[in-house]
Amino acid sequence: MENASIFVIMVSAVLVNNFVLSRFLGICPFLGVSKQVETAFGMGMAVTFVMTLSGIMTYLVDKLLLSNYGLEHLQTAAFILVIASLVQFVEIVLQKMSPTLHQALGVFLPLITTNCAVLGLSLLNIQYKFNLVQTIVHSFFAAIGFSLAIVLFAGIREKLQTSDVPKPFLGFPIALITAGLMSIAFLGFTGLV
Amino acid sequence: MNMNLVILASVSLGVMGLIFGIILAFASKKFAVEVDPRVSEVREVVPGANCGACGYPGCDGFSNAVVKGIAPVNGCPVGGAAVAAKVAKIMGLEAESSVKRVAKVKCDGHAENCSNRYDYQGIDSCLAANMLNGGPKSCSFGCMGLGSCVAVCPFDAIHINDKGLAEVDPEKCTACGKCIETCPKDVISLVPYEQLTIVTCNNKDKGPQVKKNCKVACIACGMCERNCPHDAIHVVNNLAEIDYSKCVNCMICVEKCPTGAIQGDLSLRKMEA
Repeated sequence: MENASIFVIMVSAVLVNNFVLSRFLGICPFLGVSKQVETAFGMGMAVTFVMTLSGIMTYLVDKLLLSNYGLEHLQTAAFILVIASLVQFVEIVLQKMSPTLHQALGVFLPLITTNCAVLGLSLLNIQYKFNLVQTIVHSFFAAIGFSLAIVLFAGIREKLQTSDVPKPFLGFPIALITAGLMSIAFLGFTGLV
Repeated sequence: MNMNLVILASVSLGVMGLIFGIILAFASKKFAVEVDPRVSEVREVVPGANCGACGYPGCDGFSNAVVKGIAPVNGCPVGGAAVAAKVAKIMGLEAESSVKRVAKVKCDGHAENCSNRYDYQGIDSCLAANMLNGGPKSCSFGCMGLGSCVAVCPFDAIHINDKGLAEVDPEKCTACGKCIETCPKDVISLVPYEQLTIVTCNNKDKGPQVKKNCKVACIACGMCERNCPHDAIHVVNNLAEIDYSKCVNCMICVEKCPTGAIQGDLSLRKMEA
């Protein structure tokens, strides 16, 4: 992945290695905030925002701090620290600077603080030895992949509301089965890049 | 074990945490948004179920609206009078007495009273049935008894009775309004808990047509309106409506109604001296 072109990274992040459906990261918000397309979209946008920012931040922290002093083993702990503080900081600033944006994303921001998709992304960026540009592209499109998955899933769940689901499968069971089927569908993209 | 590494690790993480902490503390001061302290006080005393029955997005939304003066202090139907009193105290107002209200299904058109136009064999959902030409009932305003309200009730207070109509348990009902929102027929409405006289019909069609479809429907004859000594019942849109603030439950209308569309337990009637 070291020398992967921007386009390959894009396709890979959105489709082939979709964070939810092939890497199984960020399942919690994927199931929790996917009852309505509208909120799912809001969540997707919030995740995109945070993932891109934290991807860049953790990249810088790793390059400037951790790898400089041979502290790569602290990545997980340090990244959680960075991400949590970053989300908190962004929330505080948003509240002051742009109340409308805060209204739209605010409820989702705390949910993302300790999201494993965000942490996983940061660790993957380092693992793949991406440079800064690749990191930004990968972060942004991984989040777009997450948004795509959650919005599609919410659309299906909205339809499920009016479907005649057998009683034992009502609610979460049918949602999990749906998620599984979507994951199998995304398996079809394997080998694309 | 390399002690240096341990020290380096803990120091670097500690310093990072400290720096981020300072930044956050600084940011929260610098970007502080003034929030009325009463908002969180109100938020403390409301039930916190986030049911949305007040019409605001959750208890936070309600607390905000109360402090801004948009929502009434007794705007929380779930909390009732007790919460209203506490909220009023925070807001420095006397609580307007909030009457406990419960949901009532305004229909008595079970199978014997109201015939079916077709045999519905779809899924048990009023919303689905309603899409099929307004449901199987010959009266297009009545309860279809498929239980969409039962499914949404968070308090287990509404059930389909043995006559095949939805019925509310007034003891369990908190007037949250979920069933009212869900019902495609708008046949459920909030009624004061103390109210004993109820118009059990929701049909807004003209008399002759109504009579063809249902035996116990309001035919808008106006007998109740003419006989009410308290000016508490009026026929609006071909349907009798009781003004609960004026009704004293004398139940004269119950006796006078030729179709039995107004119901009340006559043993509980309050006769005037």
